[in-house]
Amino acid sequence: MKQNSQFPGASGLILEEPLIFEKSVKGRTACSVPKDDVPEIDAAEMDVHRYFRSSIDGLPEVSEVDVVRHYLRLSTWNYSLDHGLYPLGSCTMKYNPKINEAAAAIPGFAHLHPGTPEPFAQGALRVMYELQNDLAEIAGLDAVSLQPSAGAQGELTGMLMIKAYHLSRNEPQRNLVLIPDSAHGTNPASSVVAGLRTQTLPSGDDGCLNPEALRPYLNQNLAGIMVTNPSTLGLFEKNFVEFSCRIHDAGGLVYMDGANLNAMMGVVKPGDLGVDVMHINLHKTFSTPHGGGGPGSGPVAVTRALEPFLPVPRIVLRDGRYSLDWNHPQSIGKIHCFYGNFGIMLRAYTYIRSMGPDGIREACENAVLNANYIKEKLKTHFHIAHDRLCKHECVFDDKYQQEYGITTLDIAKRLMDYGFHPPTIYFPLIVKGALMIEPTETESKETLDQFIEAMIRIAEECKTDPDLVKHAPVRAKRRRLDETLAARKPILKWSPGVYPE
Amino acid sequence: MSYPANFKYTKDHEWLKITGSVGVIGITDHAQHQLGDVVFVELPEVGRKYEKGDVYGVVESVKAVVDCYMPVAGTIVKVNSALESQADLINSDPHGNGWMIEVELADLSEMQELMDSVAYEKYLAENAD
Repeated sequence: MKQNSQFPGASGLILEEPLIFEKSVKGRTACSVPKDDVPEIDAAEMDVHRYFRSSIDGLPEVSEVDVVRHYLRLSTWNYSLDHGLYPLGSCTMKYNPKINEAAAAIPGFAHLHPGTPEPFAQGALRVMYELQNDLAEIAGLDAVSLQPSAGAQGELTGMLMIKAYHLSRNEPQRNLVLIPDSAHGTNPASSVVAGLRTQTLPSGDDGCLNPEALRPYLNQNLAGIMVTNPSTLGLFEKNFVEFSCRIHDAGGLVYMDGANLNAMMGVVKPGDLGVDVMHINLHKTFSTPHGGGGPGSGPVAVTRALEPFLPVPRIVLRDGRYSLDWNHPQSIGKIHCFYGNFGIMLRAYTYIRSMGPDGIREACENAVLNANYIKEKLKTHFHIAHDRLCKHECVFDDKYQQEYGITTLDIAKRLMDYGFHPPTIYFPLIVKGALMIEPTETESKETLDQFIEAMIRIAEECKTDPDLVKHAPVRAKRRRLDETLAARKPILKWSPGVYPE
Repeated sequence: MSYPANFKYTKDHEWLKITGSVGVIGITDHAQHQLGDVVFVELPEVGRKYEKGDVYGVVESVKAVVDCYMPVAGTIVKVNSALESQADLINSDPHGNGWMIEVELADLSEMQELMDSVAYEKYLAENAD
C-alpha cells in the first residue's frame, strides 16, 4: 500500500523491544540499597527458613531506566480508544470521557476505605443510591442492585433471583430457561450455573425470535426466557412484547441481557416491553473502561415483584441519611465483596449526570445512526446477513470475497494496515464468517468515512490483489501470527535460553 | 472430501459408523471445514451413558467453541485420546483418525432416523449459503 495520509495507518518510530528477561545483565539493579545496620543472622536458623526460595535465578536484573523504557515501549504497541476507532461489535467501545476520571480521582472518593462507617461515607452512598435510581429510570424498572461486577455476574444474579422467585411461590419445578440462538454465549452458562436448564430457540429467517417457537415450552416447567435485545445480530427483537406476554401468561419471567442497551437507552424502556429483570453493563453503555482497562460492573434492575430477592446489602435513604440495609430475608444474599466496583459506579454516575436525559437519548440515536450509515455505505461491497434497519451494530460476512479465496480473518487483518482496529469476527456464530461492526456514537462522520473508504479499498484489493490481503498485515509491527500454533502449543512461561521463533 | 457411504449422518454434522451394536462417532468434513483449525477437544469419560441429542464433547477451534451431540443414545466404550495432543486430526482426517468416541448403542432402531451419505450431501447442498 502506498503511503497515504488519508488513513491513520503509517509506519513510524516504533521501537523493537525484547522480553525484560532478555535484557538482564548479571548484577545490574535499579537501586542501591544502603548498608544494612541490622545485625546479621543466619537465615538457615530461622523457623521460616523452609519457605525461602533456594535461588532467585531467572528474575531479570535491570536498571531503573531499562524498566521504564521496557514498559513504555510496550505501551506504545497498545491500541486503545484514545488512539482511534475501536469498532468491536458486541462490545460498545465508546470513548470514556476524561471527566469520569476527574470525578474518580477526587481524594474523598479515591481514598475512601470500603470499611468506612456509614456516617463517614455519605457521599459515596449517595452516588450509589442516585446511580441506582438513574439506572432504574433508564431501565423502566423499580429497583437496582449495583453489586454484580460484570455482565455475566449480573446474569447469574438475575437467574438466581428468578429461581428464588419460583421457589418462593412453591413452584420448584419451574427450571427451564428459553434462550434464542442469537443470545450472548454467557446466557446459557449463567442459567446452568444458577441451577436451571436451558433450551435454545432458533431465530426466524428475519433474524428475530418467532413467538411461535415458544409454544412447546409454555407450561408449568417454564422458569423464563433470556433475551439479548437488541440481539447479537444488532437487530431489535420486534416481537418482544408479544413473547413477553406469552411467557408471563405461562407463569414465566423475562430476563433481558442489557449488554446492548446503548441502542435503547433514553428511547425505549425495557420495563415497558415486559422485562422483569435485566443487567446493564456500565463498562459498555455508560462509558467506563472496558477490556483490559476494567474492572467491569453489571448492575441488575428488577420489577417490584423481584425486589425482595435482590442482593444485600441494599442502599437506602431514611430521614436524609444513607445506609446499608441487610434486612431482606428473601434476598439471594451477597454476590460481591463490599458493594461492587465503586470506582466504576462513580464514573458511570458522572457520565449519566454530565450527559443528562437528552444527552443519553442523543448518544443512543447517534450510535444507531452511525451503524446504519456504515451498513448502507458498505452493503454493496460486503454481503450483509440481514439487510434491515440495524441498531448499534451491523453484521457483514465474507460471502462476496470467498470467490477470491479471502476470508473474514484476512479482511480483519488487512484493516490493521489502514490503521484501524479490526471489528469483531466470527461472532455471532449464527452468521458464517461474521464481521460485526459497532462504531458507537463516539465517531465523527469524518472517521466513519475514513473507515468506510478503507473497507471499500480492501474489497477492491480482494479482487485485484488477493495475495496481499491473505498475507496482511504487512505494515503492522508483527506480520500474520500463527494463532493455531499458539493455541495448540502455547508457551506460557519464559525459560532461560528457550525462545519460540 | 467424499462422505463414506457406510456412515450415517445428522443435521448437527456428526457421523456414525456402525459395527454390530458399537458405533464410532466423529464430526463431518463439512463441520471441521466450518470450524477451521481445531485446537482443543474435550471428550467424555468411558462408561458414561447419554441420551440421543445430549452433549458428549466440545470442539474448540480458532474461530469457535461448539458442542458435539450424540446422534443416538448409548454408553461410551472408548474415546480417541490421541485428540488430546493432536486435535488437528479432526481437520486432517475427520472421517478416520479424527474419530471422537465409540459407543455401545442403546437402541439400534435409532439408526433409522439418521441420514445416509446421499441424504446428507443433499442436506448440505440445500443449506449452503
